[in-house]
Amino acid sequence: MSELKIAPALEAEHQTHTYHKTYFGFWTYLMTDLVLFAALFATYAVLRDNTWGGPTAGEIFSMPFVLTETMLLLTSSFTVGLAMLAIRSSKRALAFTWFIITFLLGAGFLGMELYEFNKLANEGLAWHANAFMSSFFTLVGTHGAHIAVGLLWMIVMMVKLVKDGITANNTRRLTLLSLFWHFLDIVWIFIFTFVYLMGAASV
Amino acid sequence: MSKSHTSAEHEHQVTHGSYVSYITGFVLSIVLTLVAYFSVVNDWLIGWSVLLFVTALAIMQLLVQLLFFLHLSQEKRPRFNLMTFGYAAMVVVIIVIGSLWIMYNMRYNMVHEMTPEELERTIIEDEGIKYLENDQTGKHSH
Repeated sequence: MSELKIAPALEAEHQTHTYHKTYFGFWTYLMTDLVLFAALFATYAVLRDNTWGGPTAGEIFSMPFVLTETMLLLTSSFTVGLAMLAIRSSKRALAFTWFIITFLLGAGFLGMELYEFNKLANEGLAWHANAFMSSFFTLVGTHGAHIAVGLLWMIVMMVKLVKDGITANNTRRLTLLSLFWHFLDIVWIFIFTFVYLMGAASV
Repeated sequence: MSKSHTSAEHEHQVTHGSYVSYITGFVLSIVLTLVAYFSVVNDWLIGWSVLLFVTALAIMQLLVQLLFFLHLSQEKRPRFNLMTFGYAAMVVVIIVIGSLWIMYNMRYNMVHEMTPEELERTIIEDEGIKYLENDQTGKHSH
């Protein structure tokens, strides 16, 4: 808890330049990830009516359940932003608290998603049931895998934050983590809209 | 190269928000999500207008989060982040719209769902070759 460790991050100019490049590099990765999701969205849109006699999208989802999931992830995207504000004003304890809340919201979201997957599989609607379920599990599961990676990353960063404090390296990594987390929330908006809402509307 | 403005310079290079921007973004996102949700659950609209309405709300929420959570509008020139986003968005639209367009037209090839008579009738009706055939019957003998 020394003064040095809590000192404002990123003072040297070379660090600023590296930071800027890293930010852009990570942003570019996120954009390529967006293209990956686009391919999965297109696959889902094409295959969603191929239920092979099974139930359609409008019949298998519980809408209040999905709305709760969405609110959890949306709130976690907000709290990760508040955590970064605390980091920038060098408030370590506050930042840590917001990150823990973000982690719990994210874990809650992932838990609900796994519960839904398990429920569908038990009803005989696993990924191999028909083309609709295959594309559904691939799209939503890929998003869930990203969330799981984000949660692991968050655990690692919490340990680093406790050990080293708000250093230049930690600030940079946490900025990228928050960027990743906001990105996953944006992808979820489209899953919520195109998979669940349009499924319920039976368009 | 130690300059007093280095810290201020950094503030401008990597964009970040304030409590006001995060709270604004959060409230707008919740409102947009709830409007989309209840429009579907309570059947405010029917048919294809539902698709257009919820898609418009999703795009509005995308813009809200890009502005208030990712602070894309605060980026200094040259706006490389915005450019890569624009390019990615273009690729996304081409992949999604393009796939749907192609697969919609490929339904002729879904012969397993139609009897040969149904398939022939569909092709004749959609391509308008019925009239051509009638006009040309027997007129091409040499």
